[in-house]
Amino acid sequence: MTQTDGDRVLMCGNDAMAEAVISAGCRCYFGYPITPQNEVTAYMAKRMPEAGGVFLQSESELAAVNMVFGAAAVGARAMTSSSSPGISLKQEGISYVAGCELPAVIANVMRGGPGLGSIGPSQSDYFQATRGGGHGDYRHIVLAPSTVQELVDMTIEAFDLADRYRNPVMVLSDGILGQMMEPVVIPKHPETHEPEKPWALTGCAGREPNVVKSLYLDVLELEEHNRHLQEKYAQMEREEVRYETIETEDAEALLVAFGTVARICRSALRVLRERGHKVGLFRPITLWPFPTEALRATRDFLESYLVVEMNAGQMVEDVRLAVEGRRPVEFYGRTGGAVMTVDEVVARLEAMLVEESTS
Amino acid sequence: MMKTLYAMPESLKPVVTHYCAGCGHGIVQRMVAEVVDELGIRERTVGIAPVGCAVLGYDYFNFDVSEAAHGRTPAVATGMKRARPDLIVFSYQGDGDLAAIGTAEIMHAGNRGENITVIFVNNGVYGMTGGQMAPTTLAGQVTKTTPRGRAPEDVGAPLKVPEMLAVCDQTKFLARCALNSPKNIRAAKRALKKAFQYQVDGVGFSLVEMLSPCPTYWGVEPLEALKWVEEKVIPRYPLGVIKDAAAETRA
Repeated sequence: MTQTDGDRVLMCGNDAMAEAVISAGCRCYFGYPITPQNEVTAYMAKRMPEAGGVFLQSESELAAVNMVFGAAAVGARAMTSSSSPGISLKQEGISYVAGCELPAVIANVMRGGPGLGSIGPSQSDYFQATRGGGHGDYRHIVLAPSTVQELVDMTIEAFDLADRYRNPVMVLSDGILGQMMEPVVIPKHPETHEPEKPWALTGCAGREPNVVKSLYLDVLELEEHNRHLQEKYAQMEREEVRYETIETEDAEALLVAFGTVARICRSALRVLRERGHKVGLFRPITLWPFPTEALRATRDFLESYLVVEMNAGQMVEDVRLAVEGRRPVEFYGRTGGAVMTVDEVVARLEAMLVEESTS
Repeated sequence: MMKTLYAMPESLKPVVTHYCAGCGHGIVQRMVAEVVDELGIRERTVGIAPVGCAVLGYDYFNFDVSEAAHGRTPAVATGMKRARPDLIVFSYQGDGDLAAIGTAEIMHAGNRGENITVIFVNNGVYGMTGGQMAPTTLAGQVTKTTPRGRAPEDVGAPLKVPEMLAVCDQTKFLARCALNSPKNIRAAKRALKKAFQYQVDGVGFSLVEMLSPCPTYWGVEPLEALKWVEEKVIPRYPLGVIKDAAAETRA
């Protein structure tokens, strides 16, 4: 959905994402400092007032996500961002946002964990993002951009998705994408649609009072609420799956990677192809809903899979679930903020192919 | 010709509440509804119900209401008011919600001087979870989690919230009232009305603490609970206006 009515500029991912938030019509940003996403709060502090919007540095991540809750409840497009440890703190609020069916956008510029971890880039919040880090049966769309341009486009789209489903949407960036500068076009007038919000708390003039809540003390009433939520999530699974395939048509082995790592794998693919290996790349763009069906279809013509992630092996579980044990699924990862090289991926895949030919 | 002297406020739904006999929440909620009616702000008021005994506030108030996670009410109020400054936003909180798990949120909302109104119902216990110690529980008071009485040297002394907020430059109106007598209830309503009026006028952050009886978890009869407020609670929590910055400026 790239629009081209903006100028082509050189920006780091965090700045570009912040400008995209404003471009999407969001005028309420609440955040708290944490590396490597500090450019977002600094950019918002400068830009939001210029755009006639609200920037507030909250006292904590807990407060920030609940300010988003409040702004969303009165009908405003609202957003917060953070990095891994801060996203853990936001999980309570995300559960409430989902339970109360409020639209909100949350960006995670992932860093190494667990605990305080490092400020290096990571993908180790995949489980947290896709399984729902907060309590209760809820789901939210997780968008995983791999370029600064995609980060911009997906951030804008995230607001539409949040409004369409009245649900939180997470943009899953990482320390590389956030810090890296790339040429990018930020559309001035993107195709974005903010629907009417008759449910919002705007004062009860001319109507019955509205209530925003997730509390249903009657268990059957709560079950009914959950049924409604699950129907919504099922609709997202039907309609919002996004992925990209590269040179999979004649492939015998498949690299599977998301976000920044997909770019490393794309370079590895070039090297492997030059060496005569028939390798393709499958890149999930929505991590939830996961492109299970599309990936499952590849097992009919593929021999093996190598999942590459900046973590100890998280998305690999979803790949194995998709392939259902019909094909070997190997894993290669780096953790703690370390980034794999193209050579490492090439070597790992070649080793896998050798193992297969000798077994 | 008949004249109506006393009627149901429009801002209250005509429903039976779930509160125990002798509980103060019903008094406070009616008072809020009366003030909202009198100021003519019902159609632009948004209330926030806390986690605690008043969690079902949205079933009783006849205007827009949201829930909030435990203690996060002032942050939710901040988001609402910043996004829509034309709305009148109040946060209704108990002592566990406001003075324990939500201490950071209330202090910083106050310190930023958010133009919101906070109603702080202090009955010295966690009611909804069954009568555990709150930060406001009196010294020596027996609760489910202080079976030998609250020992300040071990678990802290009863917390004085308006006094804490008074040191923040941006807080504008802080008062403490009690619900144990018609006289004190009338004073409480005057304070509450001023707190809402300040928000309407854009003066800034206000908080009214209501010393409220909890016969159920104090283990006394409702009438006895009113005496308890007079004899035990008020001596620890003196009544009155703790800060009125706007009045000071005008004086």
